Amino acid sequence: MTAPFLGDALGPRGRRQTRIITAISAAVIVGFIVVALTRLADKGQLDAAKWEPFTQWPVQKFFLLGLKVTVEVSLVSMVGAMVLGTILALARLSQTAVVRWVTTLFVEFFRGLPLVLLIFFCALGLPSYGLDLSVFWYVAIGLIVYNGAVLGEIFRAGILSLDRGQSEAAYSLGMGYWQAMLLVIIPQAARRMIPAIVSQLVTLLKDSSLGAAVAFEELLRRGRINGEFFGNMLQSLFVVAVLYIVVNFALSMLARRLEVRQRRRYKAGAIVVPGAGMDLALMGAQGESAEIADSTT
Amino acid sequence: MNVVFDNLDVFLQGMRRTVELSVLSFIFAFVLGVIVAGLRVSPVPPLRWASATYVEVVRNTPLLVLMFMVVFAFPSIGFTWSFFLSAVVVLTAYTSTFVGETVRSGINSVSKGQVEAARALGLTFPQVLRLVVMPQALRTVVGPLGGIFIALLKNSGVAVAISVSELTSAATQVGTDTAQFIPAFLGAAAAYLMLTIPSGFATGWLERKVAIKR
Repeated sequence: MTAPFLGDALGPRGRRQTRIITAISAAVIVGFIVVALTRLADKGQLDAAKWEPFTQWPVQKFFLLGLKVTVEVSLVSMVGAMVLGTILALARLSQTAVVRWVTTLFVEFFRGLPLVLLIFFCALGLPSYGLDLSVFWYVAIGLIVYNGAVLGEIFRAGILSLDRGQSEAAYSLGMGYWQAMLLVIIPQAARRMIPAIVSQLVTLLKDSSLGAAVAFEELLRRGRINGEFFGNMLQSLFVVAVLYIVVNFALSMLARRLEVRQRRRYKAGAIVVPGAGMDLALMGAQGESAEIADSTT
Repeated sequence: MNVVFDNLDVFLQGMRRTVELSVLSFIFAFVLGVIVAGLRVSPVPPLRWASATYVEVVRNTPLLVLMFMVVFAFPSIGFTWSFFLSAVVVLTAYTSTFVGETVRSGINSVSKGQVEAARALGLTFPQVLRLVVMPQALRTVVGPLGGIFIALLKNSGVAVAISVSELTSAATQVGTDTAQFIPAFLGAAAAYLMLTIPSGFATGWLERKVAIKR
């Protein structure tokens, strides 16, 4: 697409209309912002006193430590989920039918559940069955099981997306199943899956905020505590949102860049996993449209 | 499993709430998302920027942050809504960004010749979008939209954190009351699957029904 919008360059009348609508819509948007700010000011939400705490180091440190916990639980869960996902993907491609069925059942079950249900089960249910861990691990277990199931599907799709000739060539060179898998298939499949993995990391990081609902002191929980303490909930949650957006936006950009680079280099779209959650549904849609666009040009 | 059958009314009530939350939010999110997608491809720069900003900001904010914002912070600027309404508002806003991005990808998949032909016939931009591009774009994204609805069914569980008595909340309540968490959560899990699996089938059916044979 050359034009930033749909369709050809407009004629003189279209350009004139566009200019008029541009002026009107800009005025409406500015008006909306002014009304919102006036409302905030009227309610005293723009007072210096509400924002002043964020200039103090102890408050900043409180938030940064929350962000650290969020990043920690996300990274630990991501690593755990990738290990689990690899096992599940290999088990689902196993030559033994029973192993395949059991893993399919496991994956479909946990992928179909809301993550919040799993986290609540871990935090409320596991202690009553004698499994006493810190709340960090309850949240992490929920995240690992759910994302492990999702990543398992991504990995399986990645392995299956490779040309059959690759494994056939490996077998004809005398390699065994595991040799072919480890030396030929997985190294190539892994590269294709990187954008999907980064995108899943964004989802996981956002989802780790569910820990706040089970008294896990990560970024969001700390934002609420700070808001209650200083009586500036709106401002505290705003700061929390900004921190999440900055981290996620950077990761999303990375995922998008990786996907574009990959498409150019390997002439293959993103790994598409139907029904894996909103972010992945989105990637699927984008991958599909790119393929359609490629075939029409 | 007696725990589930003894508390069947709690689960059914929760299931109803989950369906209400999801269906209402999806209808609003669909309308909003189509508008957002239309604005993002419009020839008017401020509208493009505004919709792009909306999508990137809302999409990258965790759902629970949005919920806490509406429930705990909005009353301080004069918006006090019920928990259910707050949940619908947040789920709508969050889901609309995903619908918007998906529909936009559908718009991009409509071949350029279609737009050029429509322009050559003298249609204006809104007409091109409404009469030519959208009908084709929406057909191609039925599958992804179904995926978004299923994700929305699951996301509606987050409303448990703001005291909406939906399915996750039913599981928590029954589990805490009876101290039998495994059956209670399995019951809720089964209920969720009873909602998501038929939704998947319905999506597949709809996809086939609206497909254009080329």
